[in-house]
Amino acid sequence: MKATKSGKKRLVPLQREQAVHLLRAMLRIRRLEETCAELYTASKIRGFLHLYDGEEAVAVGVMEALTPDDAVVATYREHGHALIRGVAMGAILAEMYGKQEGCSRGRGGSMHLFDDETRFYGGNAIVGGGLPVAVGLALADKMQQRSRVTCCFFGDGAVAEGEFHESLNLAALWQLPVLFVCENNLYAMGTALRYTQALQDLTKKAQSYNIPAVAVDGMDVLAVVSAARKAAKAVRAGAGPYFLECRTYRFRAHSMYDAELYRTKDEVESWKERCPIKTFTRQIKENGVVTEADIAAVEQDVEQEIQEAVAFAEAGSWEPVEDLARFVYSERRTP
Amino acid sequence: MTDGIVKMRTITYREAVREAICEALQKDHQVFLMGEDVGRYGGCFAVSKGLLDEFGPERIRDTPLSESGFVGAGIGAALGGMRPIVEIMTVNFSLLAADQIVNNAATYLHMSGGLFNVPLVIRSATGAGRQLAAQHSHSLEGWYAHVPGIRVLSPATVEDARGMLWTALEDPDPVLIFENNGLYNREGEIPVDAGPVDIDRARIRRPGRDITIITYSASLFKSLEAAEILAKEEVEAEVIDLRSLRPLDAPTFLESVARTHRALVVDEGWRSGSLAAEVSARIMEEAFYELDAPVQRLCSAEVPIPYAKHLEDAALPQVSTIVAQARRMVAGHG
Repeated sequence: MKATKSGKKRLVPLQREQAVHLLRAMLRIRRLEETCAELYTASKIRGFLHLYDGEEAVAVGVMEALTPDDAVVATYREHGHALIRGVAMGAILAEMYGKQEGCSRGRGGSMHLFDDETRFYGGNAIVGGGLPVAVGLALADKMQQRSRVTCCFFGDGAVAEGEFHESLNLAALWQLPVLFVCENNLYAMGTALRYTQALQDLTKKAQSYNIPAVAVDGMDVLAVVSAARKAAKAVRAGAGPYFLECRTYRFRAHSMYDAELYRTKDEVESWKERCPIKTFTRQIKENGVVTEADIAAVEQDVEQEIQEAVAFAEAGSWEPVEDLARFVYSERRTP
Repeated sequence: MTDGIVKMRTITYREAVREAICEALQKDHQVFLMGEDVGRYGGCFAVSKGLLDEFGPERIRDTPLSESGFVGAGIGAALGGMRPIVEIMTVNFSLLAADQIVNNAATYLHMSGGLFNVPLVIRSATGAGRQLAAQHSHSLEGWYAHVPGIRVLSPATVEDARGMLWTALEDPDPVLIFENNGLYNREGEIPVDAGPVDIDRARIRRPGRDITIITYSASLFKSLEAAEILAKEEVEAEVIDLRSLRPLDAPTFLESVARTHRALVVDEGWRSGSLAAEVSARIMEEAFYELDAPVQRLCSAEVPIPYAKHLEDAALPQVSTIVAQARRMVAGHG
């Protein structure tokens, strides 16, 4: 990684392997989300479903900076985070089906994906609710002298919550290893940032807590990788928390129930021009990093993974109703 | 303990809680205490006085006044392998952290299909009677007892104040311990070698045959006092201390009611939707044909607890009202 003439940190020279890896990761999310939408329409998936199309570069870019020992705390729009963190696509889809083979045994659904092996701590439907938990995970690491990062994803809507401010203050006060990643997609559900924030520059808010904060183009996966690596490196080195604002956009409605009355088709279309997958693909093709054949191979692989994941979810089983009350309290408690 | 003689000593409820925290910090290096004013100030009820000097600021952690933030941090720390004791100054302030307690701590295990348990202990003062007015006097522990996924404890005796904490810390699930602020100065006897106690079972604190008074926390002592007055009138009241508000140990009070045939529930919470309502309903459901009189409840008046002493007294169950109600129940029916 070195700085370009424009001062932007770039992964240059971008190797074919790395380019294919990033493209594959973003495509996996995109195709998973498209499949979820289809399955929702087919009534295979129910409940709230919040899709991530358009924001792929954020999850993919940030996750590049993490190691398996790190922890991830996410929101209700977390299919992509779970997938790229390493949760099997089949287990994610089975969860949305409500099958016991799901990563949360069908107890959580779309908004509450969990996985202990990859230290993926959900899946939180309360905007801002994951931030204090991330602070605590980082506190545990610091108290146990472990060099780990807790990465906390949240949207711009969470910035209006008290928990955002409490968490940033606490993390900065105690110099805790938290990487706060704000996915600023400009809308808190259906209300634009300008109607909810007196100060719309979110990095300034973080800076006011004495936290290093930068904004990055969340539609550019290389820019996100670069910024996230720098951020994670600082956090891992013990410099305390770091705030990364990824300016992004969701191409679909907030959820499947959303009629999208609050934004114009033109606005959505203009952002789609900046699609992180489309622009990245063009970039690596034009620069001769990958060939058409490479891209076709990736697409084919992803398609196969999708088919296998759907088959896995379809073949899954329902947890016996007799087990309804399991996992309210721990089973390993000895009375 | 030698030759069956238990050596006893007298300590206050405050000292009992403090000893329990101290012991936990010594026993397990993953344990730490965090909350508002717990360190340099010494605890707003002086429970943690001196602990900062003994254990240092890493383990006796002063927090900002941000209940949601530090309770959530406690959840995360528990997920990360620590054993946090989080102190919320009063149950009234816990409402600022209700999101973390109800939506996160209580749900993670279930929502994750058993993957993530939250071994967190939250301590908080509760209760009225000290002329602190509405926002420092409410008894909201019954609200938390509504929520599956958490355990809610209410130590009344010095022995429980001393012994419940360690058991709670060993529990893999989130446990809320509500300490009545009117009890901190109360003295009691405990064995010199007192240790952990169970957190599952209710206790019969006074056996009796004519009526069962079911209660918990500070109302236990009012009920015991009332029972002594009733005894002089040859009414023998059995007094049950619930101790655990969730899960409720219903068999203990149902068996008692089957013997005494009358039940009076005394609860400092408000009557509507109270814990007393739950206890009462369970008796109706499972012991209705044992009853010689309708179950009665003595709860706080349905007002925000007032400041003026005579009004505050009138809002709370008192010894005199417990005696009068029990007397009516025994005389009036069956």
